[in-house]
Amino acid sequence: MFFFLEPTAYLLTAATILAASGVPGLLLRAPLFGQRIAAFAVVIASLLGEIAVIQLLGGSPAAFYQVDWPLPFGPALFSTDHLSTIFLFPLFLVTGCVSVYSLAYWPASEQSSAGKLTFFLGLFAAAMVLVVVARNGVLFLMAWEVMALSAYFLLTTEQQSSAVQRVGTVYLLATHTGTMALFVMFSLLRSTTGTFAFPASHALAQTLPYATLIIVTALVGFGGKAGLMPLHFWLPGAHANAPSHVSAMMSGLMLKMGVYGILRTLSFFVALPVWVGWVILLLGAWSAVNGIALATGQRDLKRLLACSSIENIGIIFIGIGLALVGIQAHAPYLVVCGLSGAFIHIVNHGLFKSLLFLGSGALIHGAGTREIDRMGGLARRMPITSTLFLVGSLAICGLPPLNGFVGELFLYVGSITDGITAPLPLAALVAPVLALVGGLAVITFVKLYGIIFLGTPRSAAAAHSHEASGFMNGPMILLAICCLAAGMSPQLLVRLVTPVVGFYGDVAGDLFTQASSQVPLLPLTFVNILLVILTLIIGAVYLVRLRGSSQPRSTTWGCGYLEPTPRMQYTGTSFSELVVNLLGTIVAPRRERPVMTGVILPRKAAFHYAVTETVLDRVLSPIFHWIGLGFSYLRKLQHGQLHIYMLYIFATLFVLMIWTH
Amino acid sequence: MTDIIIHCAVALLFPPLLLGIIGKTKAAFAGRVGAPYLQPYYDLIKLFRKGSVFSETTTWVFRAGPVVTLSATLIAVLLIPLGRHAAPLSFSGDMILFAYLFGLSRFFTTIAALDTGSSFEGMGAAREVTFSCLVEPTLFFTLITLARMSKSLTLSTILIYPTPAIWLAAGASMLLLVGALFITLLAENCRIPFDDPNTHLELTMIHEVMVLDHSGPAFGIILYGAALKLFILGAVFVNVALPLATGNPLVDWAIFVVAMMALAVAIGVVESVMARLRLVRIPQLLVGATILSAFALLLVLR
Repeated sequence: MFFFLEPTAYLLTAATILAASGVPGLLLRAPLFGQRIAAFAVVIASLLGEIAVIQLLGGSPAAFYQVDWPLPFGPALFSTDHLSTIFLFPLFLVTGCVSVYSLAYWPASEQSSAGKLTFFLGLFAAAMVLVVVARNGVLFLMAWEVMALSAYFLLTTEQQSSAVQRVGTVYLLATHTGTMALFVMFSLLRSTTGTFAFPASHALAQTLPYATLIIVTALVGFGGKAGLMPLHFWLPGAHANAPSHVSAMMSGLMLKMGVYGILRTLSFFVALPVWVGWVILLLGAWSAVNGIALATGQRDLKRLLACSSIENIGIIFIGIGLALVGIQAHAPYLVVCGLSGAFIHIVNHGLFKSLLFLGSGALIHGAGTREIDRMGGLARRMPITSTLFLVGSLAICGLPPLNGFVGELFLYVGSITDGITAPLPLAALVAPVLALVGGLAVITFVKLYGIIFLGTPRSAAAAHSHEASGFMNGPMILLAICCLAAGMSPQLLVRLVTPVVGFYGDVAGDLFTQASSQVPLLPLTFVNILLVILTLIIGAVYLVRLRGSSQPRSTTWGCGYLEPTPRMQYTGTSFSELVVNLLGTIVAPRRERPVMTGVILPRKAAFHYAVTETVLDRVLSPIFHWIGLGFSYLRKLQHGQLHIYMLYIFATLFVLMIWTH
Repeated sequence: MTDIIIHCAVALLFPPLLLGIIGKTKAAFAGRVGAPYLQPYYDLIKLFRKGSVFSETTTWVFRAGPVVTLSATLIAVLLIPLGRHAAPLSFSGDMILFAYLFGLSRFFTTIAALDTGSSFEGMGAAREVTFSCLVEPTLFFTLITLARMSKSLTLSTILIYPTPAIWLAAGASMLLLVGALFITLLAENCRIPFDDPNTHLELTMIHEVMVLDHSGPAFGIILYGAALKLFILGAVFVNVALPLATGNPLVDWAIFVVAMMALAVAIGVVESVMARLRLVRIPQLLVGATILSAFALLLVLR
């Protein structure tokens, strides 16, 4: 095939276009026109990026770019490889979809913040591309900070709301604590290798003095960004309060940057200490179970999706953990199945979670609320959104014939194979854990889909909901088709991840074929097709049978009660109550029961029910409260006089200079 | 080829008879004559000829629910070996697909229930998904244990693997597995002590309440699907619990059919001598079953 440029050049061009895409919107008098230009530019950049991805998958070599900038950190280096590619594929796809979607969801003609939002959206995507292609520690950190900060500006779009301000602050604190850990990590790397340039893969010995510290700081810094428990506390609030298309990018793409960071850091080492694999596996399992348990109890549509992101990140880390354990134990089937499962899930989660978040935007647009318990019956008025949301829900539960099943299948096969062959099959315990997570996911998404789309409307707003426009439905349809195609023919996904598994896991081609032959890909396609055909046949027979018989309409059976009202329906909270009580220690719902006053005629009383964020509400908030009190005397230094602040900086530099001499 | 034809014929035609046998057993315990053995077939035929009443709140999801559930269950039937005969459709890793097909059918049964907007059906759906979620780890512990014993990821291999010799060698873990599988069988099929299929109070039902609004052919499909599910999990149980083989394929088929009938009688006995558990007790029993199956794995590792 003939391409004009080589992959890295395409990627850098795409990143430049993305970064500049929002600028016309800021300068032009007609904001709507600017937004359209931006959307067009982002789509072009996404196409360029996907060309690079196709090139890289085809095996074409990527060039190394060196820019000698005037900063004292060594030259800025850019390149790309198979590990970068697997993150770039969903990145460009989702970014393109989101930019088209935003034309209808956040139109500049109605929203004054659209210019700012469009600008930061482009910058955000460009920064993520740079994070993935940077090959120098300082350059990486710069891109990382641009990404983190533009995400902050994106999620605080509706900054008038105090809830948004609070989650913005929590996010900023969390991301900067993570960045601090990354500063430590890259400094340690610098002191080990003598340069800020990334070491070649497998170049560092695990016996280096700082190896453990480097790995731990990477886990803290990148794990926090990925939303790995217990560093997930910023995530539900941030995803819930951002505009929906921003949530789609944050959840579908930004969390994966944390995963990328950890994978990249681990690839520097020749071999890893034994505990690393197990720690990652345990953290992954913990995040998966706790994340989905938290999601089950949520009442806010987007908060629920955000908690389920923690679960999916957990599943990805389970895969990585299995692979690392497999490398230690010289078990190639674990390496292949774990890595394939993790990488496939990275791509899949980018697809279906973006679909669901974009769908939630359409719901908020249509019904005007995020509260699950205030919706209901939306399938009648929003048939397209409801069908697309069903596809997303089935995919995220990992049910065949959709794509979510493929990644989990690899993890199951890896873990059960370990159960068969290993002398002490600890990794086999992953299978029951995944089964439990899958069961909880079904509870969560049956609740989400059933309560929102089915039954009768629970509020006037839900009763007057309306279908989203073509600009919003188009990108969602594209994502849903990707989910369906990848689920029906899992070979597509496997072809996508084969190079990166070989590259990252050091797995030879024949070993890959041997290990992945245990995973039933071809039979799965066959069964999926059979499932669809069988459903169509039975459905056709059923419909023909219905045609020929009487079909009187009636109300829903209510034990003979003929006037059911929408308020009599089961709500989402009552649906999940049974399981929330079983998971009491994890979810810890807070109920404030009404106290009845008045002897004969009781007065008005209120009942509150909220699912607490254990880490944030019970641990961090009290700690920060006390720290705030303790440091209150330092407030004297904060007086808002610029020249004194400059004096502080000068004094600090001066002291540092004297100290080094 | 003969085996595949017999497999399909048995799997498609036999399941409702299990319900008839259970009913007859319960009637015998209660001192009644009971409905004929073939009553479930008559019911199905009658339902397929009836008209349907649809609630005004329902959408296409309500109609799709039974259809998807039945097709997923029918594919699961193709994956399971019956008696000593390999399944028509068997490949490495089919055990995972098997478990997830039940997940798919559960998803559609429960959203069809929620489509009616009824509190009762919401309640039933919530119970169904919650209890099934607790059953999933048990099923996987059982499958891993059997997979480790038979060194295979294929259902046909691991379920044909148990023989009287294996029972003698690893009796303890086989016994634990049989216990866990029996609890799974009862829980997944909503039998006593988890759910009473004959109860008359909507508040206490699980499966029956989810399908309250289905009528006519759709209800027929649901009843048939439920019988099929009982048959599938029963076949898994019989394969592990009664691993009798003669070597003659036709005799093996006969043994299998008789064993399934014996299982139906056993379920009928359990239903006659036990009461339904209180709802709060059910999760405890299900977690207990998970621990039993985990024990079985532990014993195999030893």
